[in-house]
Amino acid sequence: MEIVLIGLNHRTASVELRERVAFSPEQARVAAEQLRSRGILEESLVLSTCNRSELYGVPREDLADSSGAVELFVASFHQLSPNELNGSLYRHRDSHAVRHLFRVAAGLDSMLLGEAEILGQVRDAYQIALDRGETGPVLNRMFQAALEVGKRVRNETELGTRPVSVAFAGVKLAERIFGKLNQHRALIVGAGDTSEQVVRHLCDRGIKKLRVLNRTAEHAVALAARFGGEAIPWENLNAALDWPDLIVTSVSASEPVLTRAIIERAMTARGNRALLFIDLGVPRNVGSDVGELYNVYLYNIDDLTQIVEQNKKARVAEIPRAETIIDEQVQKFLHWQAGVAAGTVLEDLRARLAAEREDFLRERLAAMAHLSEQDRAEISRILQELLDRVVIHPAERMRGIPELRRKLQNFEALRDLFRLDREKP
Amino acid sequence: MTSLYVVATLLFYALSLALYIWNLREPGRLAGIGATVCLVGGLVLHYLALLARSHLIHAVPYDDLFGSLSLFAWLLAATYLGLEAIHRQRSVGPFVLPIVLAVFLIAHLPPAARPVNPPPAQGPLFAFHVTLNILAYSAFAISFVLSIIFLVQDRRLRGHKLGEVGWRFPALEVLERMTRSSVLIGCVSLAVGMTAGLIWAHRLQGQYWNGDPKVIITVLILLVYLGYTLLSRTAAWRGARASALCILNFMFVIFSYSIVNRYLSHFHRYF
Repeated sequence: MEIVLIGLNHRTASVELRERVAFSPEQARVAAEQLRSRGILEESLVLSTCNRSELYGVPREDLADSSGAVELFVASFHQLSPNELNGSLYRHRDSHAVRHLFRVAAGLDSMLLGEAEILGQVRDAYQIALDRGETGPVLNRMFQAALEVGKRVRNETELGTRPVSVAFAGVKLAERIFGKLNQHRALIVGAGDTSEQVVRHLCDRGIKKLRVLNRTAEHAVALAARFGGEAIPWENLNAALDWPDLIVTSVSASEPVLTRAIIERAMTARGNRALLFIDLGVPRNVGSDVGELYNVYLYNIDDLTQIVEQNKKARVAEIPRAETIIDEQVQKFLHWQAGVAAGTVLEDLRARLAAEREDFLRERLAAMAHLSEQDRAEISRILQELLDRVVIHPAERMRGIPELRRKLQNFEALRDLFRLDREKP
Repeated sequence: MTSLYVVATLLFYALSLALYIWNLREPGRLAGIGATVCLVGGLVLHYLALLARSHLIHAVPYDDLFGSLSLFAWLLAATYLGLEAIHRQRSVGPFVLPIVLAVFLIAHLPPAARPVNPPPAQGPLFAFHVTLNILAYSAFAISFVLSIIFLVQDRRLRGHKLGEVGWRFPALEVLERMTRSSVLIGCVSLAVGMTAGLIWAHRLQGQYWNGDPKVIITVLILLVYLGYTLLSRTAAWRGARASALCILNFMFVIFSYSIVNRYLSHFHRYF
């Protein structure tokens, strides 16, 4: 019940090589199928994202160099020579492969530490493989555990909670002031790429209403249409200020578009309801003294960048907590795996003893013709009871007690002891 | 038995506080749930401690200053638990639990003794009056803590210095809502409790109003908190100013509970 993993990612391979070794959904299906049909793997799963291509599998027991076989397969599948992959592939087995997958699911192996998207990608890859019957008991258990690890790391650490992009930091700040955004309104001043990123996050966080203004009206209309907002004419800027709770500005202007005098008037009109400015413009679009007004919160691009840097450091500080969760889950998985191995040994032992008992009875009772069928059945039952009491029951304890398994260390000793690898009955 | 309950309550509250602080520093489901469970355990044990104290001195638990303080601590913890459940926020716990612990300690440090001249505190109406008034004080205490957190958080947000913990506190609007909820609980409890007290006074003395300083300060407290409720929604006061007002209002409560009770009131000695 070995586990093998062959893969490459953004740390080990260039983007060109990653592109060549990437698996499309169809390629992933074909590769997994061929690996099993060629007798290399019994279970297989392909995880392919922008930054990684990984192949997880349970090799056939009689295969001597399963990793090498998978590696050769990957090279030939993508029409590469094995030399081209040298130095870029990583190979992990058993507990190392399990730990690697758990780190991937937790976002510890991602380019952007703690990113959440990878957990969804792991879930999708597993679901597809499961639906096609490519996985078996080992990979099923391993990927279900990986999904649990991902969830736990997100729930129990702050690895993924702090925003590490300027746009998301602005939206998270809004949540620190207003709470959930589903009862709040945003005004977007400027319809460039930066604004679009903020709008995307605002929509993800459920903003109630969105209005967009831009000097070029078509851009405002296009952005508003993409996100279900409303475009309003640039001339209405000042009148529009009493409506939103959050204003995102990103326009090219040499002087601030929104000055203290304008905002003072707007605050009076809006009854001093809290107002957050996210000023992404360079030069700044909102006068720096606007932040001094009562119930006005002003963040410019430098403020947000500073927050992002702090959050990146905070994410790194969360790594040990995430690793603790991973250690715990790896141990849990290994216990399960050892339990399954113990179960297999037990089944073999039971079968061997049943065969031995039959042989023994046949040999010894052959000369005892005076015994009735009932006597023979009774002797057989007594012998079975003895074997159960002396051998089977103690062996069954091994399956339920991890400590006992640890002491035994190696089930092969048990196999050798009872000659379980001899010709099976 | 009383001291056993007191020690056990103290342990549960202390453990709950430690877990709330841990949860604030390193948010995790386990620490958060553990903190709430310990608080519930502390509340149950505290209730048993109050019962045991009553049996020991053959009087209601609020028959002396210390019993009254203990009841205040119990209601403070219970009100906080209710707010935590409604608003699903555990980050305020580390600031409420120290008050609960401190008041509980002050209340239970001296041994329980039968008061020398107990006030004529009898009957369900009187119990209703005292319990509701102390509940109002505990609700105002929570609004006081929430307002301080609001001002600190507002300052951090305006100064662009949110820091580690700043990301874990409730949003400003949530803090405002929680403060308003606690003040509302306080005002309703105080109004009903005061009415019960006036009816009880009428039964005892044949008059509703006796000009006792405690009654006057209680009416004043009700008025200032009603003032907060109205002003906190107006353009000029919403936000930090309303929170500052809420903090100021609580000074009246402290004055009422300490100076007025101890030195000025003739009819209200401990509550």
